[in-house]
Amino acid sequence: MLQSLFDGILVGSILSLGAIGLTLIMHILRFANFSHAELISMGAYFTLTLDAVFTAFSRALASKLPMLSVSVSLMLAMLVALLITGILAAIIDKLVFKRLREQAGPLTMVFASFGIGLIIRNVIGLVYGLKSMHYSSDIAFAMVISSDPLLLIKADQLFILALTLLVMVSLHLFMSRTSVGFALKAISENPVLAQINGINLASMVRLAWLLGGALAAIAGVCYALNNQLSPVMGRDLVLSLFAAAIVGGIGSIYGAALGGLIVGLASSLALLIIPAGYKPAVPFLIILLVLYLRPNGLFGEER
Amino acid sequence: MIGIISYLAFFLTIALILAIAVLGLNLQWGYTGLFNGGIVAFFGAGAYGIILLGGPERIDGFGGFSLPYPLALLGGIALSGVLALMVGLATTRLRHDYLAIATFGVAIAMESVMRNASWLTGGATGLRGFERPLEAIVGNSFAYNLLFLFFVLVCVSLVFLFLEILVRSPFGRLLRAVRENERAARSLGKSPSSVRLTAFVIGAMIMGLSGALYATFYAFISPQDLAPILTFQIWAMLIVGGSGNNLGAVLGTLVVWGAWVGSGWLLTALAPTHLQLYTGSIQYILVGAIIVSSLLWRPRGLLPEKLSIHALPPPDPGSPGQGSESQPANSPNQPAENTQ
Repeated sequence: MLQSLFDGILVGSILSLGAIGLTLIMHILRFANFSHAELISMGAYFTLTLDAVFTAFSRALASKLPMLSVSVSLMLAMLVALLITGILAAIIDKLVFKRLREQAGPLTMVFASFGIGLIIRNVIGLVYGLKSMHYSSDIAFAMVISSDPLLLIKADQLFILALTLLVMVSLHLFMSRTSVGFALKAISENPVLAQINGINLASMVRLAWLLGGALAAIAGVCYALNNQLSPVMGRDLVLSLFAAAIVGGIGSIYGAALGGLIVGLASSLALLIIPAGYKPAVPFLIILLVLYLRPNGLFGEER
Repeated sequence: MIGIISYLAFFLTIALILAIAVLGLNLQWGYTGLFNGGIVAFFGAGAYGIILLGGPERIDGFGGFSLPYPLALLGGIALSGVLALMVGLATTRLRHDYLAIATFGVAIAMESVMRNASWLTGGATGLRGFERPLEAIVGNSFAYNLLFLFFVLVCVSLVFLFLEILVRSPFGRLLRAVRENERAARSLGKSPSSVRLTAFVIGAMIMGLSGALYATFYAFISPQDLAPILTFQIWAMLIVGGSGNNLGAVLGTLVVWGAWVGSGWLLTALAPTHLQLYTGSIQYILVGAIIVSSLLWRPRGLLPEKLSIHALPPPDPGSPGQGSESQPANSPNQPAENTQ
């Protein structure tokens, strides 16, 4: 039980990061982006490659942080990878989604996002192979925090929690203290009014993609640290991300953060009742439940 | 010679079975603008439904009622309809995005049931032992396959005719009215949500028919037959053929299925043994590229939708799913009354 709670919070915090970007785009551009989860895979795999590049340059970077299987170069790699992922997200928008926005409707973008997701996923599979991988070949040992009720925690997992918390606090400060953050919020709430006030829609859309891609990349690295890298990691997460965004209410950043935790906890606790094979279906049940009971989510407004 | 004919019959049988699912999607997406991200679930409901109802008794699980074939077929179709009703009730009154997410979710939920509920679905090994109708009487498998092709052809034609009549009927005009401008449709006293729900359920039942025929043809169904890629393939078929045009849907099916089978054959023939594992990835990329590039450069497909209303300007590319806000110019002319 205690172990399930901890695992749920851990997975939930990773989901939160992914869902924040998803909900931002879904609110500003009014479409459900099914390729968002592939940004998570991209971030994780770019980090893998860059990590190898950095360690090849300097062996010193490969030294692990105390107690963790995380190295200095991995952290540097993540920072660069989140930038690349964000930029690529904005480029995909420019190449595909922007053109479809101009010539067709939002559902056509949903359609295209499935196609793009399919392409990215399989290109990753071609480049990196279909087998799952790990950042570090070391075995991370779990610490026994308590034996009854059983609670095993790895140092890496605490690191992930700290990292996601740090990212979310920074995001909160960015959204609530900076004028760019306000502008982003204004655009997502009322695009027309915001533009009258001199906010540039195109640059805000770009910013949303950069931000969403970067957050997804961090989520990808965390997920890969906790589980493993695999070309289908994004596809496995996509429904949970949507569930988190819907639970929180589309467009609400804080809602998505909380929604991620709720979905993570629910998926983890559900395993106490149902066989593990049904786990992928849990987010779907959450979505149905929310749509029936509270169609606009916990924090979303009517739309 | 007989080998070629036999292969051609096999190819056509599968292609035409898939064409039925594409026609179902055309009703949902092409005519009504409803997004379905989980075609494979409705296809699968029909497939499992017919085998559970019509198959021989199972010792180790539920099902196997050995119903006569037509009854089992109808049962499979009905099962898809019930599934669609459940999803549709939760989502059609809401934003279209939610329908996309929920249908995608239903496919994932379906997959975990298929793989895990062995008492019902046989788990990963699937269900077999289905007796194909009339097979014992015909005897010769080549003749039987030709007969089955003919049966599928009849089914495609019936679905095709049914949809052609449906979309030309007042109900069909209502579908397009709801697709193009929901507010205008409502102002005429129509209920967009019930129209959408009806179209969604009928479309899903047609997909169920397709799945049931597929399961009949192989006398077997397993999770391997219902991979998520099926949903993408069926979309690619519709978008290549031209959504909103039933003839286009069938044509698109033949083109895309030909490309899929051809590319698979080519890749297996050309790729070295140690890379054979990756041929699937290349084919998936191909399907994704077909979808994205068609949407970008040929959104109306090979055979575009024909709108019978002459007073209107030609519709924008990719017209299904246009938000009601984005095209105010179109709205006043669109409702059903204008067409006659």
